[in-house]
Amino acid sequence: MTAELQKSTPQDGPRGAGGGARPEGEPLLSASGLSVAFTGRGGRGTARAVDGVDLDLHAGEILALVGESGCGKTTLARTLLGLERPTAGRVLFEGRPLAYGTRALKRYRHRVQLVQQDPSGSLNPRHTVYDAVAEGLRIHEGATADEERRVADALSRAGLRPPERFYLRYPHELSGGQRQRVVIAGALVLEPEALVADEPVASLDASVRGEILRLLLDLRADLGLSALVVTHDLGMAWNIADRVAVMYLGRVVEAGPVEEVLAEPRHPYTQALMSVLPESGAGEPQVLAGEPPDPTRVPGGCRFHARCPVLASGEAERAGVDTACRTQDPGVLSGSGPARVACHYAALGRGGD
Amino acid sequence: MTRSATAAAAPPEEPGAPGPGAAPGGPSRAVRILRYLGGRLLTAAVSLLAVMVTSFFLFRVLPGDPVRAMTEGREVSVEQLEELRRQFGLDKPLWQQFADYCLGILRFDFGTSYQYRVPVAELIAERIGPTVLLAGTGTLVAALLGLVLGTRAAWRRGSAGDRATTAVALTLWSVPSFWLGLLLIVVLASGAGWLPGLFPTSGMSTPGVQGGFDSAVDVAHHMVLPVATMVAVVYAQYLLIMRSSVLDEMGADYLTTARAKGLRDALVLRRHAVPNALLPTVTLIFLNLGRVMGGVILIETVFAWPGLGSLFYSGLRVPDLPLVQALFVLFASAVIIMNLLADLVYPLLDPRVRT
Ligand SMILES: Nc1ncnc2c1ncn2[C@@H]1O[C@H](COP(=O)(O)OP(=O)(O)OP(=O)(O)O)[C@@H](O)[C@H]1O
Ligand code: SF4
Ligand SMILES: [Mg+2]
Repeated sequence: MTAELQKSTPQDGPRGAGGGARPEGEPLLSASGLSVAFTGRGGRGTARAVDGVDLDLHAGEILALVGESGCGKTTLARTLLGLERPTAGRVLFEGRPLAYGTRALKRYRHRVQLVQQDPSGSLNPRHTVYDAVAEGLRIHEGATADEERRVADALSRAGLRPPERFYLRYPHELSGGQRQRVVIAGALVLEPEALVADEPVASLDASVRGEILRLLLDLRADLGLSALVVTHDLGMAWNIADRVAVMYLGRVVEAGPVEEVLAEPRHPYTQALMSVLPESGAGEPQVLAGEPPDPTRVPGGCRFHARCPVLASGEAERAGVDTACRTQDPGVLSGSGPARVACHYAALGRGGD
Repeated sequence: MTRSATAAAAPPEEPGAPGPGAAPGGPSRAVRILRYLGGRLLTAAVSLLAVMVTSFFLFRVLPGDPVRAMTEGREVSVEQLEELRRQFGLDKPLWQQFADYCLGILRFDFGTSYQYRVPVAELIAERIGPTVLLAGTGTLVAALLGLVLGTRAAWRRGSAGDRATTAVALTLWSVPSFWLGLLLIVVLASGAGWLPGLFPTSGMSTPGVQGGFDSAVDVAHHMVLPVATMVAVVYAQYLLIMRSSVLDEMGADYLTTARAKGLRDALVLRRHAVPNALLPTVTLIFLNLGRVMGGVILIETVFAWPGLGSLFYSGLRVPDLPLVQALFVLFASAVIIMNLLADLVYPLLDPRVRT
C-alpha cells in the first residue's frame, strides 16, 4: 500500500457518500484535553500514556491516528470507548460529556463500536460466529424476532457470504481475515454511528489487509459510518483516511487532512516517520536517535527534543528556537481545523521545506 | 479522490470461501475421533496392567508375615502355621501365586481375605458405598466452594478479600487431614468450654435409628465432620486453579469486546470468563476424583467411617494380601478411569479440541 504514496497529488473525484466530508459543525466524537495516566506499581513512576489530546471525529469521516508503538494510541482508543477513565479532560459524544454510569455507558456503547487488533483474541473461542455477532443485539435488545435476519445482514455486509454458512463456525475454523470480518459484523449489527478500530489489520496477512480496509471504506460509503482507525502504518493512513493525527508520547504533534500532513509533513517526528517509508521519496531514511520514548519520563519542553533531528543538527539553533525546544511546551493542538503542528521550528514556517 | 481504489487492488480474499478448518485434508473426522479414543483406551489399559503387577509385588515386599500376624498371641504349632500358609497359597512358588492372582483378577475374583475369611469382592461391595458417599459429597462441596471463591478472588485480584481467601485456603491445604480431623473432633464433637458436642465423631449411623428419612438425616449428621475435614483440605487446589484460570481469561481481548459492546461486568464474568475458565478446572476435578478415593483413607480412619479407606488401613496391618492388593488395584483404577473420562469429556467442552 505504501507504494501508492507516490500518487501524492490530490485528485478530484467522487469519494462515496459522506466521504470527503470536511470537518465542520459539531464533531460526533471528540477528546478534549484528554489525559490518561497509569499509576506505576512497585516503584515505577506514573505513566502518562495520553497526555493532553484534543481530537475530533466528524460524522462520515475516517480519521487515522498514527504513531510508534507505546505512544498511547490504544489507551486513547480505549478511553474514547469509556473502557479507561481519563485522569483529566473528557470524552464528548455529540457534544455531551460521556457519562460513566452503567446505563449511560451501555447506551453509548450501542452507538460506538470497538474493533480490536487481533481478531483471534477478540472473539470468544467457545462462541460460534452467530453468537458472536448476535451478542450485541442480545445485550441491547434481548431476544428479538428478527435477530437472525439482522445477524445475516451484518455478516453479508462484512463480506461473509452466504452468511448461513458461517453461523455455526467457531473462530478457530476461520482465517484471520474472516475472523476480523466477524468482529466487524458484530460491530455492524448494532448499526453504530462510529467505529473505533485499533490496528484492525496489523495482525493480518498483507494480502488480506487491503480487503479489510476496503470494507471499512465501503461501510463509510454505504452507511455513513465514521471511523477512528489506529495504526502505525502511514501507508494505511494514506489509503483510507480523510484526516490524520500523528501522536508522539501521549500527545498529538501534527494533525490535518491526509494529503497535507503526509505529503508535506512539517513536524520533524512526522518527517522521520515518512522518511523510513521506502517509497516516500523523502530521501535518506532518518533513524531516530536516542532512547525510545518512556511515558513515565516525559521530557520537558518539546517532548520530542531529545530525539529531534532538527534540534540535533543545529538547525533549530540557527532559527533561534533551540531554547524554546528545550524549555517550552509547544502546547496542545486543536481537535479539528486545518493542518497544524506542535513544533516551535515548524511554526516559523520552515518545517516543510 | 480515489485513493481508496488502491486498497481494492489487493488480491481478493474470497471471503465466502471456507476457512482452513472447514475442509480439512487427511483422515475424516470419524477416523480421527476413533483414533483418539483408541489411543486413550490403549494408554488406560497399559496403565491398568502396570498397576496389577505393581500391586502384587509391592505388598509382598512389605515387612510382616500375615500368618504370624494373624496368630499373634496364640499358641500355634509349626504344623498349624504350615496349614495356614497352604490354605492361603503362600507355600506355592511366587510365579505361581502371581499367575493365580492374574487369573483371579480376570474373573473379578480377588481371593479371600485372610483376616475376615470372606471373599474380598464381598467386603469391597459392602464398603464402597460409604466411601463413594463421603468422597463424592466432599468433592462436590469442595469443587463448588473452590469455583465460587476462586472466581471471586480472581475478579478482585490483589484486594484484601483476594489475599485473605487465598491465604486461608493455602493454610488449610497445608494442614494434615488427620490433624484437622482430630481438631474438629475435639472442638465440635466432644465440646470445648461452653460449646457443646455438636456432631458425632465416629461411624456413619447411630444404631437403632431407622426409617428412610430419619436414617438419611442421621447419616448426614455423621457426615458433617468427615466431609468438612475433607473439604477444608481439598478445596484450596480447586480455588487456586479456578483463580488462575479466571485470571488468564481476564486478560483476554474478547472480554474487552464484550464490555465494549455494553455488557455489564458481572455478565462479562458469567457469560465469558467463567465458562472458559471452568474448562481446566473441571478437568482437574475429574482427575482428582480418582485420587480422592485413596485420599479419604486417613479421614475414614480418624472418623471410623466404614468405608474402603478404613478397610485398607486394617488390611495393611496384617498384611491381608488379597485385600490390600485388590484395594490398591481399585484405587489406582479409579485414577486411571477418571483420567480417561477427563480425556473424553474435554473435547466435548472445548470446540477447539472437538474438531
Ligand atoms: N493498564 C496499563 N497500566 C500501566 N501502563 C499502561 C497500561 N496500558 C498502557 N500502559 C502504558 O501506556 C503506554 C501507551 O500504551 P498504549 O498501549 O496505549 O500504546 P500504543 O500506542 O497502543 O502502542 P502499540 O502500537 O504497541 O499498540 C505504554 O507505555 C504502556 O506501557
Ligand atoms: S519543537 Fe524543537 S525539538 Fe520539538 S520537534 Fe520542533 S524542532 Fe524538534
Ligand atoms: Mg496499541
